[in-house]
Amino acid sequence: MDTRIDHSVALAALVGQVSGEPAMGPHLVNEAMIVHWVEAMGDANPVYVDDAGAREVGLEGIIAPPTMLQAWVMVGLRATLERESARASGSAKSGEESANDTMMRLLDEEGFTSVVATNCEQDYDRPLVLGEQVAVQLTIEAISDVKTTGLGTGRFATTRYDFYVIPPSTERSGSAIAAEVASAERIGTMRFRILKFAPAPRSAPKPPRPLPSVTQDNAFFWEGLKDGELRIQRCTSCGTLRHTPLPGCGECQSLDWDWIVSAGAGEIYSHVTVHYPQVPSFDYPLPIGLIELDEGTRIVANLDMNPDDVKIGMRVQASIVAFDDELSLPVFAPVTA
Amino acid sequence: MTTRTFESVATGQVLGDLVLPITRSLIVAGALASRDYQDVHHDPVLSKERGSPDIFMNILTTNGLVGRYVTDWTGPGGFLKKVDIRLGAPNYPDDTMTLRGEVIETADDPADPTRGVVTVKLAGSNSIGDHVVGTVLVSLPREAS
Repeated sequence: MDTRIDHSVALAALVGQVSGEPAMGPHLVNEAMIVHWVEAMGDANPVYVDDAGAREVGLEGIIAPPTMLQAWVMVGLRATLERESARASGSAKSGEESANDTMMRLLDEEGFTSVVATNCEQDYDRPLVLGEQVAVQLTIEAISDVKTTGLGTGRFATTRYDFYVIPPSTERSGSAIAAEVASAERIGTMRFRILKFAPAPRSAPKPPRPLPSVTQDNAFFWEGLKDGELRIQRCTSCGTLRHTPLPGCGECQSLDWDWIVSAGAGEIYSHVTVHYPQVPSFDYPLPIGLIELDEGTRIVANLDMNPDDVKIGMRVQASIVAFDDELSLPVFAPVTA
Repeated sequence: MTTRTFESVATGQVLGDLVLPITRSLIVAGALASRDYQDVHHDPVLSKERGSPDIFMNILTTNGLVGRYVTDWTGPGGFLKKVDIRLGAPNYPDDTMTLRGEVIETADDPADPTRGVVTVKLAGSNSIGDHVVGTVLVSLPREAS
């Protein structure tokens, strides 16, 4: 049953709408900001810093790095901090909601509260030169249908930024900037695409593997694994090895036993791969081997290999793997020749 | 510094790799040079509070590095016309990003008969995967006839 709020109609109505009034970059295109940029990027191109070098390749002087386009209209530290503190205190935005604000609110209401930038496409009509004043106008260009992505379900939204050069003397008011932009030269555009999405439910952390039931008969085996040893029970009357641990010998019925430390080498006697049912503590598909140890008994253990590569008769070697503080187990992997 | 001519470039030509250590300094300097003061680009403590393992590179820096990669190859007379990127794995500190590119198209410049436009397809990969994939259009001067 789908009870999701669907704002498809309202969102479709936003496409093509200009968002808010155009904004003016806080500073003219200037040498200091360009130098900060090229030093950060490690860009040694002379056309950004050296008038003669720029003229050498046919330019009329220094140009700004074209990829700086958006940097000229960034609001700066003070405005960023003010915006963040307003958001933190929950104080409402003053003034009218822009088309972009409306879009974000509708997407939030649809449950798509997370955001990630996916694409940035910049087109440069001409380079910016020192002393120019940049202005920007946003337009909602596209809002997708609801899509399912690797991050979760949501909508892609593309906002187009049109960049203009306006007179440096333009008054810093929305209407004055808008009046200049209406007749200004566009020098570049940027299409910025985001995914607004509802995060896929995060899978719960994997619970630890179940612990063994430790008895007087098998404690030596589990304690050995904690010490990094694969211990195999041995009948002290007839010398027969046995695993899993038992109180008495199946051959001679003696109740006397000790243990040896296996070298962990052997071959795959049989195997199975578990696909289902899946228990949360394990990774699937889960290959399990019955290993014929060189010392002469068999043990069931995890195989650390691709299930498709498991072959009967394959040589394998155990290593003792600590799955958590409480549990260590032998895990067998193929012996590489 | 010399500039490649349009005639010297052919489809299939490979740009040399640019191997960039992703230092904290690069991430922070790039963020501040682009006047992007969001804390996830300079404050590791606040980044963790927001669910990120560390600070990460902002998009404007990625744009700048991609542009630089292509004009490093063209020389100063290569003029960027378009930078179109798709974003993927974040660039966290102490990683390395390797940019690789290839010429996939050469065409006339409709605006200027003395120049031609080259399309470079590129990818910048780090230890997590592709940080950026994209195409860049750059115009190059034709050889004087």
